[in-house]
Amino acid sequence: MLNKLILANLSHRPVRTILSVLAIAVEVTMILTLVGVSHGTLDSTAERARGVGADIIIRPPGSSVMSSLSSAPISQKYIAWLMQQPHISLATGTVVQGLSGFDSITGVDFPVFERMSGKFDFASGGAPVDDNDMIVDDYYARQHKLQVGSHINLINHDWKISGIFSGGKLARIMVKLPVLQQVMDRPGYLTVLYAKLDDPRQADTVAKDLKTQLKGYPIYTMDELTSLYSISNVGMLKDFIGVVIGVAVIVGFIVVFMAMYTAVLERTREIGTIKAVGGSAGLVLSILLRETLLLAVLGTLVGILLTYGTQLLMHALPSNLTQETVYTWWPIAGVIAIVGALLGAIVPGYKAVQQDVTEALSYE
Amino acid sequence: MSNGTGPTLDSPGATSLSQPIIRVRGLTKVYRVGDVDVHALRGVDLDLAAGEFVALVGASGSGKSTLFHILGGLTPPTSGTILIDGRSVTGMTNHERTELRKTTVGFVFQKYNLLPTLSAEDNIKLVEYIGGRPTEFTPEFVEILKLLGIQDRLKHKPRALSGGQQQRVAIARAIIKKPAILLADEPTGNLDSENSAAVLGLLKDLNQRTGQTILMITHDPEAAAYAARSIHMRDGRIV
Repeated sequence: MLNKLILANLSHRPVRTILSVLAIAVEVTMILTLVGVSHGTLDSTAERARGVGADIIIRPPGSSVMSSLSSAPISQKYIAWLMQQPHISLATGTVVQGLSGFDSITGVDFPVFERMSGKFDFASGGAPVDDNDMIVDDYYARQHKLQVGSHINLINHDWKISGIFSGGKLARIMVKLPVLQQVMDRPGYLTVLYAKLDDPRQADTVAKDLKTQLKGYPIYTMDELTSLYSISNVGMLKDFIGVVIGVAVIVGFIVVFMAMYTAVLERTREIGTIKAVGGSAGLVLSILLRETLLLAVLGTLVGILLTYGTQLLMHALPSNLTQETVYTWWPIAGVIAIVGALLGAIVPGYKAVQQDVTEALSYE
Repeated sequence: MSNGTGPTLDSPGATSLSQPIIRVRGLTKVYRVGDVDVHALRGVDLDLAAGEFVALVGASGSGKSTLFHILGGLTPPTSGTILIDGRSVTGMTNHERTELRKTTVGFVFQKYNLLPTLSAEDNIKLVEYIGGRPTEFTPEFVEILKLLGIQDRLKHKPRALSGGQQQRVAIARAIIKKPAILLADEPTGNLDSENSAAVLGLLKDLNQRTGQTILMITHDPEAAAYAARSIHMRDGRIV
């Protein structure tokens, strides 16, 4: 009977109910999208790093695992030096030039790189032949509507797409190493060094040995590097998610506060009637809280659905962001929405409980 | 207008009833409005026997609505004693007054006060749900619904019912729990004369057929004539 009353109350004011549900849904979508993009971006970065096929990675001095790379301070001579170290069977290097947002363009020594990571899986076209040739992964090509033969201007240079490859290998945009070094005015210098070992089980030993010889260079094994691509290792991202959750709780609080406060005012007479026929203050509060809970649950479900919408949007828009569906955050976002909504129902609920029956019954 | 048992004791409302279902003695109610004390009731004595249909008649401001609210456990008195069905209402906590409304007193209001989101049937059943009783209508109650003439209108929401029909639903809602006393506050105040006569006839019929005790508040002598006894109030006193 009580559930019937709650459903009837919510359907009695459909616009207010829909708006409340949508507002809570937006709150949930905000959280899930941010978390999804964070996970997606970090996971795809880790996947591309693994796709290199290297066992050891050497980054420029002073750089951290999460910092974007856009300089070329490492001499190319280190490649020959690396090749002389025990267990290193192959070494190569890349040069990276940052673009806007999360994008970057990477210069690659294609023959050596393919020996390290295996052949590129081209959906169309092939590896760069001419100096202005560029290859992009299918994700970047789809977002920027690029095809083999398309022209694109990046870092004040005109490039022609020679191939579109399946993603998950090093970077999304690649050109010939010497060409990019020339464009960056850093011939003979690299941004990152990669080493492949004859026995991957020796990775920790080799990394330790290299650290003693290359002081100041951040040196990681591949396992080490990919494990560092997590939200907890990105302080700013963690803080940002915290801020978004805080904002979401406030949004939920305000929306439900307004909806329930209006409902209590509007239903003053009905609340008086329920009390007059023997309904306790607890019953009146229970009705309001259950209504709030239902709004929050519906809002969470709609919010989850909307998150799939933002995923589609992310695919359609020309950004370099990848959004994952992080199922473990569904209940977390739901709890956040419910907490915000219940906080918003406290004051209206108190008002309803405190209403004098005789005054409520004569309310016009 | 009084056409039933007349007042015989120390106050006009008090009677010589041996086992009254309502016994009120020295009831006062003082409201504080701003800096002014308003004496709504100034020592009311009243007895109602089980099975009586009594009209409490008075002009606006005579204190009859205040008495209605106190007897119904909607608001506490300032002083005096009230016994309803053997239970002392004076000094009851909020919780105890809620229990009183849940089990002992039924209300019929001038403006019906049906929940607009529920059907007529659910409005009635809600009282049983709140009282923790089975919500299915008993055959006996179905007969009462037939008497009230609303058995075919139960699935409708209040807005789809006429004023008279809404008031009949309100009566059904008030009596489904078999209250010791049915309090009706100007039950025909919002109805036209035809519907008024029908509702008042139903209350009288209900009283005669089921023995339901009814205290009806009205300012209308014609409505009061349906009751077996009339009590008059003026300036917070029974006269």
